[in-house]
Amino acid sequence: MFSALNQISAITIANLRTLPSRIGTSLVIVVGLAGVVAVLTSLMAMSNGLAATLMTTGKQDRVVMLRASSETELNSVLGRQDMDIAKQAPGIARDAAGSPIASAELIVITELLPKGQTKGGVNVTLRGVEQMAFTLRPEIRIIAGERFKPGLREAIVGKAAQTQFSGVELGSTVRFRGADWKIVGTFASGDAHESELWVDLETAQTSFGRPNAFSALIAQLESEASFDAMKSTLMADPRMKIELIRERAYYSAQSEQSTRGIRILTTLILIIMGFGATFSALNTMYSAVSTRTKEIATLRAIGFGGLPVMVSVLVESMLLALIGGSLGALIAYVMFNGYSINTLGAGFTQVAFSFQVSPQLVATGLILSLIIGFFGGLLPAFSAARMNIPVALRAG
Amino acid sequence: MKLFGLVWANLFRKKTRTVLTLLSLVSAFLLFGLLQAVSNAFSAGADFVGASRLVTQARVSFTQSLPMRQLRQIESVPGVEAVSYQQWFGGIYQDPKNFFAQFAVDPDRFFTVFPEWVLTDAEKERFRSIKASAIVGSQTAAKFGWKVGDQVPLESTIWPTQDGNKAWSFEIAGIFRGKDSEWDARANQMFINFNYFDEERQFGRGAAGIFTSKLKDANQAAAIAATIDAMFENSPDETKTQAEKDFILGFAKQLGNIGLLVNYVLFAVFFTILLVVGNTMAQSVRERIPELAVLKTLGFTDFTVLFMVLAESLLVCVLGAVMGMSFAVVLLKLASGQFGIALDSGNLTLWIQAISAAIILSFAVGVLPAWRARRLKIVDALAGR
Repeated sequence: MFSALNQISAITIANLRTLPSRIGTSLVIVVGLAGVVAVLTSLMAMSNGLAATLMTTGKQDRVVMLRASSETELNSVLGRQDMDIAKQAPGIARDAAGSPIASAELIVITELLPKGQTKGGVNVTLRGVEQMAFTLRPEIRIIAGERFKPGLREAIVGKAAQTQFSGVELGSTVRFRGADWKIVGTFASGDAHESELWVDLETAQTSFGRPNAFSALIAQLESEASFDAMKSTLMADPRMKIELIRERAYYSAQSEQSTRGIRILTTLILIIMGFGATFSALNTMYSAVSTRTKEIATLRAIGFGGLPVMVSVLVESMLLALIGGSLGALIAYVMFNGYSINTLGAGFTQVAFSFQVSPQLVATGLILSLIIGFFGGLLPAFSAARMNIPVALRAG
Repeated sequence: MKLFGLVWANLFRKKTRTVLTLLSLVSAFLLFGLLQAVSNAFSAGADFVGASRLVTQARVSFTQSLPMRQLRQIESVPGVEAVSYQQWFGGIYQDPKNFFAQFAVDPDRFFTVFPEWVLTDAEKERFRSIKASAIVGSQTAAKFGWKVGDQVPLESTIWPTQDGNKAWSFEIAGIFRGKDSEWDARANQMFINFNYFDEERQFGRGAAGIFTSKLKDANQAAAIAATIDAMFENSPDETKTQAEKDFILGFAKQLGNIGLLVNYVLFAVFFTILLVVGNTMAQSVRERIPELAVLKTLGFTDFTVLFMVLAESLLVCVLGAVMGMSFAVVLLKLASGQFGIALDSGNLTLWIQAISAAIILSFAVGVLPAWRARRLKIVDALAGR
């Protein structure tokens, strides 16, 4: 046993020492794996970034009420009476003054131009909220300017929206439906709301010709546990058709839906690129073995076993793959970590998010490159170990 | 052509290597075919509509409705031949995963403005006369196995009926196809009879999502668009009118820069494949130096040798491209319609792009080894120096 290990390490080290003389062919594995891992890591960093933004949105102890079977706030239309009933539902927390901590909201989609473009606006959520919305969502912090004032056509804009879209800088005005809105503040929340514009609910209702129309009611629960009782009470109410979803679940479902496309694409690319990289690794290792035919045959002739030769080939291929994988992960990190983009979210409006190259992602990439390195080296390693020694020694 | 046999034989001098190189190339071009098809579907995919129609939407966003009184005003603009209107229905058939688009349209206006959708006269007549009816694209009908006369239940995510429910049901009055393969690949929507829809819906009556105008002369498009928008300026219902193509491209833009993403991936793939194939070619020429010297001794000129090496690299690349693309076409055929986008697998542009890429690739990888083969000195090569 000891001697086998000895042989393995002796041959492997001797083999790796000769690597520099085969630099050209060895580079194929390194670059191949760098490509695969860089692409995989970047795509997953994108999908994770989007998922993270949506998953951190919403709280377990808040509830979103929509018209039954609407799926998103955008599709939902509720009336004043629905709002009045829902706000008085048992289980909604109340502030010091005894008012329910709940905000009736109206979603209107507006178009803004992405920065650096002159035509082709993209959908951006404009959310009309009640003043209680700020008590309800303490994560919303005004980082520049001030809150909009009720009754005025003033808007505050999320930090991410401000970075991605032009025309919504502090102090500028945007024109929607024949009226000018002044941007008076910037807010940060670290979640999907940062891609939105917020305005006063009633001003939005009148300005967009939707008096007494609401999209949703967002409410603070007394406790996480009060959800079920409240749900059964409100859904049984014959006066309205309403559905209740925990706010966290509402956004998690969106994340599931929005990242599905990227996930399918990533899996597809990964499979195909993985096969391609395995074929080129095989090619490289076959030629590495063939250039070392004499050397390997000599080793076998002087008493080294087949297994140590095999292991040495596998180690070489996996080491090269690992170098390539690390390089790829590094490229993905340098190019894309923290890179911000926006895409269409489930509510048919833009969600801005940043790529996240996490340690787990890097680890996944490295494991993948080791696997590809292993399979790329396996067959050549077999053929090296089963080489016909006399023939090999006489060759070329 | 005489040399083809020689080039072909050289290719299989080391079978394992050639097969592995080919397989790498096949993976690269498979990916190229699939990604480029997705990218084309999102970016260049709107060329098929032509330039004869304008789409008028609310300026705030196309999700805002426009009042029906604007219909007559748009119709009266000189140069406008006919106007159709449509409203997004947002229905779910059994499960949200079964997504396909539905619009409520006025049958007659729709047939006039969109002659690209082909139905029999009997089907058109049924669509006009049956109130709760709909026509559906052949792709979607095939997917769910619907026939004319079937009742299709849809749960709208937006529109409640008079009784407050969101359950609707429509009789399939006809199944339409596209006028050519490009339109056929996109025949996946459903069009609902607007008059019935408008009567039945609980709110939003008398309004439509967008107006589509068919023009008498496509060259007038820009001027007519400006005229329409000017009519409604400073009203509560300001409009944005653009060519149908730009309207469609707008949707793709919402998703973000798909083209850029695809380019990044393809760049990484082709950079890698360049190295893989380049290395193989270099190695293959290196090993054959004595053989090439013999060829030159026999009277092959320097350029014939150069040409042979280039031809070999071209052959490998094109072979890999054709195999990879064929594979991609098969997969595209299977996938088309599964993800709600039309992937045109028989697209000529796609093949031209792939073959061009293969030719460029073959020169990039073949030129150095070929040059080396050309400059080979017979004496040195035969002596093994």
